Formats: sequence, structure tokens, C-alpha cells
Amino acid sequence: MTESLVEKLDYEATFDCVQCGYCLPVCPTYIAFKKEKHSPRGRINLVKLAAEERISIDDMQEGIDLCLGCRACETVCPTNVRYGDILMSAVEVLKENKQMDIVEKAARTSSFKFALKNKRVLGLINRGIYAYQSSGMKKAVKMTGILGKSKKMDQMNRAMPDIILSRRITRNVNPFRRKRLSVGFFEGCIMDAFFANVNRLAVKIMQKNNIQVTNIPGQTCCGALQHHTGESEETLKLAMENIEAYEKYDFDYIVNTIGGCGATLKEYDKLFEPGTGWHERAKKFTGKVRDISQIMAMIDFDFNHEIKKNAVYQPSCHLENVQQVFEAPLDVIHQVPGLNYMEMNEKSLCCGSAGIYNILHFDESMQILDLKMENVKKSKPDLIITSNPGCHIQMKLGVEREGLADEIEVKHIVEIAAEACGVRGN
Amino acid sequence: MEHVVLKEFENIMGKRLLTEIDDRMSYGYDGSFGQYIPDCVAQVMSTEEVQRIMEIADWHEIPVCARGASTSLSGGPLPVRGGIVLDFSQWDTKLEIYPDDLIMKVSPGVRTGDIHKLAEAHNLMYPPDPSSSSICTIGGNLAENAGGPRGVKYGVTKDFVIGLEIVTADGKVLRTGGRTVKNVTGYDLTKLIVGSEGTLAVITEATLRLIPKPSDTRTAMIIFEDLYTAGKSISKILTSGVRPSKMEILDHNAINKVEDYAGLGLPREAVAIILVEVDGDPDVLVKELGIVRKALSEIGVENVQVASNKEEEARLWQVRKLVSPAVVSSGYTKISEDATVPLSRIPDMFRKIDEIKKKYNLNIVVFGHAGDGNLHPTINTDMRDPEEVDRVERAVEEIFNYAIELGGTLSGEHGIGTMKKAFLATEMGEEGVAFQQAIKRALDPKNILNPGKIFPEKGEKRLVLRND
Repeated sequence: MTESLVEKLDYEATFDCVQCGYCLPVCPTYIAFKKEKHSPRGRINLVKLAAEERISIDDMQEGIDLCLGCRACETVCPTNVRYGDILMSAVEVLKENKQMDIVEKAARTSSFKFALKNKRVLGLINRGIYAYQSSGMKKAVKMTGILGKSKKMDQMNRAMPDIILSRRITRNVNPFRRKRLSVGFFEGCIMDAFFANVNRLAVKIMQKNNIQVTNIPGQTCCGALQHHTGESEETLKLAMENIEAYEKYDFDYIVNTIGGCGATLKEYDKLFEPGTGWHERAKKFTGKVRDISQIMAMIDFDFNHEIKKNAVYQPSCHLENVQQVFEAPLDVIHQVPGLNYMEMNEKSLCCGSAGIYNILHFDESMQILDLKMENVKKSKPDLIITSNPGCHIQMKLGVEREGLADEIEVKHIVEIAAEACGVRGN
Repeated sequence: MEHVVLKEFENIMGKRLLTEIDDRMSYGYDGSFGQYIPDCVAQVMSTEEVQRIMEIADWHEIPVCARGASTSLSGGPLPVRGGIVLDFSQWDTKLEIYPDDLIMKVSPGVRTGDIHKLAEAHNLMYPPDPSSSSICTIGGNLAENAGGPRGVKYGVTKDFVIGLEIVTADGKVLRTGGRTVKNVTGYDLTKLIVGSEGTLAVITEATLRLIPKPSDTRTAMIIFEDLYTAGKSISKILTSGVRPSKMEILDHNAINKVEDYAGLGLPREAVAIILVEVDGDPDVLVKELGIVRKALSEIGVENVQVASNKEEEARLWQVRKLVSPAVVSSGYTKISEDATVPLSRIPDMFRKIDEIKKKYNLNIVVFGHAGDGNLHPTINTDMRDPEEVDRVERAVEEIFNYAIELGGTLSGEHGIGTMKKAFLATEMGEEGVAFQQAIKRALDPKNILNPGKIFPEKGEKRLVLRND
């Protein structure tokens, strides 16, 4: 080992933690699993002890592995502990330390290194799902429960959104000629494959409101999922590609519809050494990143379609805790005519989706989802509004598991805004 | 711990007995200093479980440390001699209110903030409000006799407990006090157990006293240019006929730290500011602040700013709230003390701490509960620098000794725990310590209840912030 653990782990940051425990009541895993090692305070202490070699690296694994990375702890921390950095450092050390089990390794290699950043492959996946759904297979599977042997796959299948084919945004304007608010759109790989309609609606909404939207070539995956599982070299590469792709244009904002990806884009500067040219370039990039809800909150909407629903909003953790976007989505929601917005109890608690947490740790993820659904049921909504595809699928899964699929719709905030102003996809 | 003993505990607790190293480490710290390693952790959920564990612990002479949310700043829950940690944080199942009797019955793991909420829903109030209310458990509050800003008007935890259910060191269950405010039957065991830091018995239920909720609050900020006047003002306000519900003070260093951090437009040149809150009927509050203003003008204090609406009031309290985050700079650790002095000696204490700050070249700010003399000198330090930690230890020692010299006390609300035990005799004398130890020996002859707390070890004379 060339670098000592004190250097590899973010030992420095652990000293900011005064163990006051303010993070405990907002930590979904502490609430669900009821043990201190599943709290931010506990994890920080384990990382510190591992760095001091008072426990082994393996000893911190369970605590770290089961962290959702929602970073709700950072929002309430009175001493501004950089929890995300401590967590990432531990994830990387664990990854290095551990011979990944073969299944996980295969899943990671195929999805991260290949599919996620390869638009063509994702397009194929997208078309595959489309074919599967349009052929009536999804319905058949849903009804008969063919996948019933594996309950997990069955539930996942039910939660999958209805897909429409992803099409490129027509690039009809010269991005160098500025006349009005100009936005570079960031598609995001999963969002574009599974939720192409949301992206398309977002673009249409902005265009309808006189915003110049450009979808640029050269953009790639944001690197979030790779980063969260310790594939930091991959993330760095993707970040550089994206920065390079967007800095060619003079956009006011770089806009995306995905809370999680937006958060990663917003933290690109952390990947580079301060003082370097790349850090400067990353800073410029992150300064322009905005969530679609922030753009929509700036628009003077002419909402002319009523949506007569009782709705709750499930914020994306990374939209709130990393991007610090709390009010903008609510500003939009409050404007929708006919919509009765209800504040859900513990609304900001993670739903348990957390990137691929719900695939890697299905049972734990469901425990956390159950907590969320308890709160959903208390509000009795007929609509759940989301701001991130991961949460979206998870909330659909929650609704399915509770047998409420016929009573509660799940929709992205863009779909709601589009419906309210009469913008249609396709 | 022998395997057979673990097995016995496991028979009682099942999966709620934690023995893995990551779990044991995770119940070996609190909000103060040091990492200890218990042999196991029992996440207790009933009096019966506690009672059976105590029987086994008594038989095998195993140390037992009760723990709530581990927000303690004095080392109260630290398992310094290993043994078993009783984690009460999950036992929050009992939270019953009897509005007509103005009482509440709670299990030890209930969060103090939830007690506040339930009381308020019935237009009642449970006044003790340690700043960690949203996290800390009532069990921990009882063990440490926690205080908070409202102490000046309403008192502290012990003033609102009228009955307890406890488990003794040898595993007997008994009740102290009752459901009435007046109760002089026998010794007041309730008050003996409250604040005994888990060294005399384990608390498994409490009956709390509630009062009517004041209907409104008003807040004023008073700005001072000299320390003598600031000190005089505290007594002046408290003898004016008005009883503030909160009275908080920030020194010059604290004001400037908050200003650096948040830029709220505070007067940087002020030597101190005092925030005064009055509570009660809205019409009366205006009058009361008028009386305060008049009393202060008699000693030449004119710079009194009254919040004219709720937003302004919230902004003023934000100042106090931001002290803690403001004093912490990255990579440094915050050490909060709670030496408490008679009201008239607060300016002396301020001056002394400023002197100590310069003498030891440390980053110290002072803020705290001016109305009851409970100050929080807070030091921001690098725990990785042994030389600096040594200076901190000496500075804190000087603060303790000076507080006692002024007729004050080592701890107003944090407890003695591991942090201050070396100074116990300085405050209460050898005889005082011996009397307390006699009580401890009578109730816990095998010294299994939270051993290593409150009383100094033989020859222990110094404050030590590290255990490794």
C-alpha cells in the first residue's frame, strides 16, 4: 500500500464531527435499522477508527455499504461536516479492499463501463423496453406474474415506467447567437432511456416559454452511479468530457431533470485539485447547473388546465441536500390550478432508491420504502410528484407493494407542469 | 466478558444484543471525548429486560452503562470499564399525557422534543429545553439533570419530575415519588436519582410535571460597550419585577464569530450582547419589556432593540443558534464547557476567560445562559496537535478553578461524568465527596452502575481530553 489509510480516507474531515447526534433523526437508515453504526455519526466514527487502524477496513463495511448517500445529514449538520466526502473516501477504500463478488462485479461492469455512457446502447435498451411494453408483454407479465418466482423482479417490473422512444431534440438554432435565456440541456443517460418523455416535455415547456434550448453533442453520463460505488476514475473521465462539451457554448444555464445527476454535475469541481485549470473549468460549469424546477420557477406560467388531484411531493435527496433546491418545485406545484398540495410527514426522508441501492440491497431498501409508504398512506394522496427517475421508480414500486396502484399515480414534476400548461409529448 | 455471561444476556435480548466490533465501537462514544469499547450492547425495550440484565450483571459484577442518544458533553454514558451498554434510544414506546392532572408518563427513550410537542398540543408546556431537544432522550436528561435557556424562569429537569420507576443495582424494581406535586413521604429519592448520572439506579419510567403554555413571547436585544455594565444589567433586569423566560449572553468574540459566519449586521465593536425573552399574555409582554427598558436606563443602558414581529424575533434567536456552527472551523473540534457562576460575577468570569484565551493562545468564545450564570466557554481546537490539546486542558482547568473561586460550580447542566471528576473535591471538599461516596456504596456496593464517573480515581488531579 503506497498511501496510508489516513491519507486515503478523509480522516481530516472526520474531525469536524463533534458527535452531537443532530444527524440521527434525519437519517433513514438509522430510523429503519435502529443502530448507531447505521447513522452518520456512527459511520464517521468507524471511518476515523479505520484510518487510525483501530478497527479493520472490513469492520466498517456494513455501516458504509448500507448508507443510502442521501446526505440529509449534511443539511442539518451544525458543524458542516463534509459527510459526502468521508463516505466516498470509505467507499473507494472498501472497493479496493474487497474482491467484489462476481455477480456484483458483472452488473457493475456491464452497466457502468458500457451501457450508462453509451447512448446507443441505452437507446437499444430503451427500444427493447418499448417493444416489451407495446407488445403487451408488460401487461401480461403484470397480470399473470410470470416473473413471480422472483418477487423482486416482479415488483420491479410493475414499477417500470411506460416508455416512449427517446428522440433527439431538433437542433435548429445556432447556439452562438444569443437573444434570450439560453439553456444547454443535459439529458442524463437513465433519464433519457427510461423517461424520454419527461425530457421531451421539459424541453417543450422551456421552448414554449421563449427559452432557447440546445441539446449538445459530446455530452455523456454524469458519472453519479460510478462515483457512488467508488469508480472514481470513470467519474473523472466523464466529468472532463462533459465540461469540455458544454464550455464550447455560452449558455446561461445547464439544465437537467434529474435530481441525482444534477447533484453530481454540481459537484464536479470537487473532483479536481483547487488551483488547477481543470478546477477552474469545473467551477464555471457547476455555476451554471440548474434543476428544471429552478427554471420552471422563473417562468411566468400560463397554467390553463386544471389538475384535480390531492398531491404529495417526494423530493429527490440530492436535489435538496446537495443542490440545495427546496422551494422551487413547490413554487411550481402551488401554481397548478385545481391541485391540492399536501405536505407529507417526513417528506425529505429518502425513499430508499438511492442510485442502485435498491438493486444491491433490496431488502434494506424495502424497509426504508415501507417507512416512506407509511407517511404516504397517512396523507392519502392520489398523486405523488417526483423529481428524479430513481425516486420515481421507487415510489411506483411502493405504490405497487401497497396495492395502491389503481388509486395513486406517480408523476414527475415536469409531467405535471406540462399537463397544466397543455404541453404534450411525442 | 466470559462467553457464558454473553449467552445469558443473549437469552434475554435475542437479536437486540449487539456483540460485533462495529456495533461495540458505535456505543463507545458520546458528545465529549474518548472512545471506549463495551463488551456488548443491549437495546432494551422493557423494565423486565433491564431488571433481568441487572440481576446477571450483579451476579457476575459486570459494569452497566445506561445510554440515551449519547449527546452528553461530559462523558456520562461512556463505558470506561467495558461491560454492557444499555441502549435506551429505541425504547420510546410510552408517551402518555394526562392533561387533567398536568402530568405525562414516558419511557426513557422518548425524545425531549416529542415531549414538548405533545405537551403543546394540549396547550401545556414541559419547560426544560436543552439545545439538543430534538435528539436527546428524556432518560439522558433525567440522568444528567439537563437544563437549557428556560432555566432562568422555570428551572431544570429535576423541577419537573415527580415520580420515577427505577431498577436497582441488584435488579429490584421500585417506584419513587408519585403523581402529585406535593409529596413528602420519606426521603426524596426522585431528586436523588435525577442527576446521579446512572450511578445509583437505572431509570425505566418517569412521571413529568407540566405547566400551562404561555400564549406568546417577545424578545429584545441589548448591546453593551463595557463589560461592567453588561454584568450589572443582568441583575438589574432580574430585580426589576420582570422574570424573563430566557436571557442569553454572547461575548465580543462570539459576536464577531457569528458575524464572520453569517453577516447578520451585528455590532462588531460591542463587548457583549444580551437577548432577553419574556413569555405570557401578549399585552403584559409589552408592559414587561417597558419595565426592563426603564430599569436599564437607570444604569445608563439605552441600546435596547425590541423585535417588532415574529420574523425579527426569530432572527434575533438565530444569532444565538449560530454561535456553535460559527466557532467551528474545518478540521477543528469544539469543546463546550458549562462552568456556572453567581450572577454578579459574570463580568469577572468574562474577563478571566479573555485573559486565559490570550495566555494560552486559544480560540475561545463565551456565550450562555446569563440569567442563571451558566456560561459556555467554547474552545475550538485541533485534537491532532498534542501540544495544543495540552494548552486546552490547562486553560479549561483554570476556568474550572476560577468558577469555584467565584462561588460557582464546575457544571451547571452538562454533568461531571469523566470530564470534571478530577475537580470534584475542589468544589465540595473531601468530606463532601466522602458523603456522596457513602450513598454510592450503599446503593451500589459492587460498583457496577456506570463505574468511573463523578468520583475521581486515586491521585486523579488533571483534566484529560484523550483516552489513547
